[in-house]
Amino acid sequence: MYPALIGKKIGMTQVFADDGVVCPVTVVLAGPCVVMQIKKTDEKDGYDAVQIGFEDVKTRRATKPAIGHAGQAKTAPKKIIREVRMPDVQADADVGATLTVDLFDGVNFVDVSGTTKGKGFAGGVKRHGFKGQLASHGVERKHRSPGSIGGHGTDLGHGGNIKKGKKMAGHMGAAQNTSRNHRLVSIDAENNLLLIKGALPGPNGGYLFIKKSRTARDK
Amino acid sequence: MSQELLNKAVAGSIKDTPPEFRVGDTVNVSVRIAEGEKERVQVFRGVVIARKGGGVAETFTVRRIVNNEGVERIFLLHSPTLAGVEVVRSGQTRRAKLYYLRKRVGKATRLHDIAQGSRFTKPRSAKAAPQDIVEETPADDEPQKIDEPQTDSEPVSEEKPEE
Repeated sequence: MYPALIGKKIGMTQVFADDGVVCPVTVVLAGPCVVMQIKKTDEKDGYDAVQIGFEDVKTRRATKPAIGHAGQAKTAPKKIIREVRMPDVQADADVGATLTVDLFDGVNFVDVSGTTKGKGFAGGVKRHGFKGQLASHGVERKHRSPGSIGGHGTDLGHGGNIKKGKKMAGHMGAAQNTSRNHRLVSIDAENNLLLIKGALPGPNGGYLFIKKSRTARDK
Repeated sequence: MSQELLNKAVAGSIKDTPPEFRVGDTVNVSVRIAEGEKERVQVFRGVVIARKGGGVAETFTVRRIVNNEGVERIFLLHSPTLAGVEVVRSGQTRRAKLYYLRKRVGKATRLHDIAQGSRFTKPRSAKAAPQDIVEETPADDEPQKIDEPQTDSEPVSEEKPEE
């Protein structure tokens, strides 16, 4: 099965390589996940995927459809459910099977998706990296303002309107983000931990989707 | 729970018995240096002026004077390249961080040797020092903390009130 798991961000720390070089790592509690469903092209689904679930929900708090869906895999309803697209199907996983960090044996690089921390309504400097205006030289109360957003008729064909998607202040964060090509430093099978180099999206305790990198150099 | 998991994650990188020393000690720090395939040990001698951080990230700063120029090196306590720390003598301190030594030159940088005592303290052996503190301080929750000096840097700062 393609190496992919749902996990929970625990926090960041550091570990030493044998030569004493410090490596900053994010500790992720990954799995155990349960295979909830298998989708196949030649059946009604139209594509190949394995659906995996992470963390139980109390049955009395789950909806009947969720209980029924989990029942087909003979497991408890899950908090987080994700699909993993399988490039070379005939998924060798069975419905109801448990997946652990052992899946990542031999994997060197991973991509990690998660929901970033919400930043609220953020200005252009924070949200898009605008430079703002000068600190002095007569600038008054406009130090972090975005400046001009265009004048009459400068956007040809838009009749003096501002183009859609113009970078401005607005809501930032709390959006899905994928951080690619993180080195998988080590696997702790006993505690279901993955140590992944670098910072990952979201707060500690946030849910992450970790899968083998498709783009990394050592593919 | 998350702190427990973090501790488990770094269990492989943390030393079971990190070298024991305190702020104010004059130490010989041995560091392994790889030169090509060979490995040799370099010794840096100086006064420990600070211990910072906790757990796997704990560091300490050693200061010495070379050619009338102050030199400070920061070492990672749990680094595998840190071969050992040998305490040469223990100095009397009333601070957790001895940054004031940076402003001093020559004789003023000396610290009273714990073993010889000072105007204010009785002579005592450097090794017995931790026990002395346990006896002298009121038996609140202090001894509990001193039991685990490897994991946090607090015992260092706790020395101050005593004396």
